[in-house]
Amino acid sequence: MYEKIVNLIIMQAEELNETLENKIPAELGASASLFDGKDGILDSIALVTLIVAVEQSVEDEFETSIILANEKAMSLKNSPFKTIGSLAEYIVILLNEENTNG
Amino acid sequence: MDETQVMIITGTRKGIGKYLAHYYVSKGFIVIGCSRGEVDYKLSGYQHFCLDVSDEKKVKQMIAKIRKTYGRLDVLINNAGIASMNHILLTPAHTVHNILNTNVVGTFLFCREAAKLMQKNKYGRIVNTSTVATPLKLEGEAIYAASKAAILSFTEIIARELANFGITVNSVGPTPVETDLIRSVPKEKMDNLLARQAISRFGTFEDISNVIDFFIKKESEFVTGQNIYLGGI
Ligand SMILES: NC(=O)c1ccc[n+]([C@@H]2O[C@H](COP(=O)([O-])OP(=O)(O)OC[C@H]3O[C@@H](n4cnc5c(N)ncnc54)[C@H](OP(=O)(O)O)[C@@H]3O)[C@@H](O)[C@H]2O)c1
Repeated sequence: MYEKIVNLIIMQAEELNETLENKIPAELGASASLFDGKDGILDSIALVTLIVAVEQSVEDEFETSIILANEKAMSLKNSPFKTIGSLAEYIVILLNEENTNG
Repeated sequence: MDETQVMIITGTRKGIGKYLAHYYVSKGFIVIGCSRGEVDYKLSGYQHFCLDVSDEKKVKQMIAKIRKTYGRLDVLINNAGIASMNHILLTPAHTVHNILNTNVVGTFLFCREAAKLMQKNKYGRIVNTSTVATPLKLEGEAIYAASKAAILSFTEIIARELANFGITVNSVGPTPVETDLIRSVPKEKMDNLLARQAISRFGTFEDISNVIDFFIKKESEFVTGQNIYLGGI
């Protein structure tokens, strides 16, 4: 599932890149840097756009709605939005939670 | 924009929302509505969802369905709302939670989820509902008026946050309109209230759709973060 999600994020990142000056180095795969609050690749508008696009594609792929920008994510010390890999790990956790809680 | 526009209206079972659903279907919009109860009408071009606007999961599911069916959303009208006349000393906390959940949390959830879909096309029009009870400081409506004051602030700020996505956010503040919402207000109180308007009459459904028409026009792309009160408040 993790690999599938990484690929999904890469696809969305590549699509977003077409509109960005500061492109996400999606070719680096899981280690590609997204956002670390200071000098990440994405400005906040682009991050919002990416998060929404990823949420929607996860919804389509797994038929489960998740909310990426939830309280936990916003307060986690290690932000899940740092890299493509950390975001994918976080999505795996959310999907598992969804599946166990129904 | 040549294609048919897709619109969500909340609170369409009765009152203002029911009128708006009929009105915008007749103007050629695809309208998707919701309320806790079923609707007693059928309209081609109208689809209904039974949900509570403060139920995050259900709201997400509704927008996901719209995304899959139409792939777009052009307009959101946050109309669902409840009121309760009560002196503060007689107001149960439970009532406060209910009003805030429907009027504030419901509006928030629909704005958030709708904007996620609207931003794909870099186009969107959101209209929230305020009320003259806020500027008129109506006694007995402290929580209702406060919940709508929250809508004003919320509208002004998300108008800025969503501007970059081509989404405008405004609100319309009706005067009393004869629906179930105000049925329990005593006549004398109502007459006093109408007397405080520049134009002392009840509002009509058409007064409201007229303002919404303006906000959701394509040409209104430079109008955002605004509230229009009816009746001359
Ligand atoms: N009428 C007035 O004088 C007046 C004045 C100023 C502002 N407003 C505002 O205009 C809006 C509409 O009012 P109205 O006069 O048309 O009221 P209404 O006749 O009481 O209708 C309210 C509508 O909202 C729906 N609704 C209520 N709570 C809901 C919830 N939690 N989830 C989903 N749907 C819900 C109701 O359907 P269900 O019961 O089936 O859920 C109904 O369709 C409100 O925001 C109100 O504050 C009205």
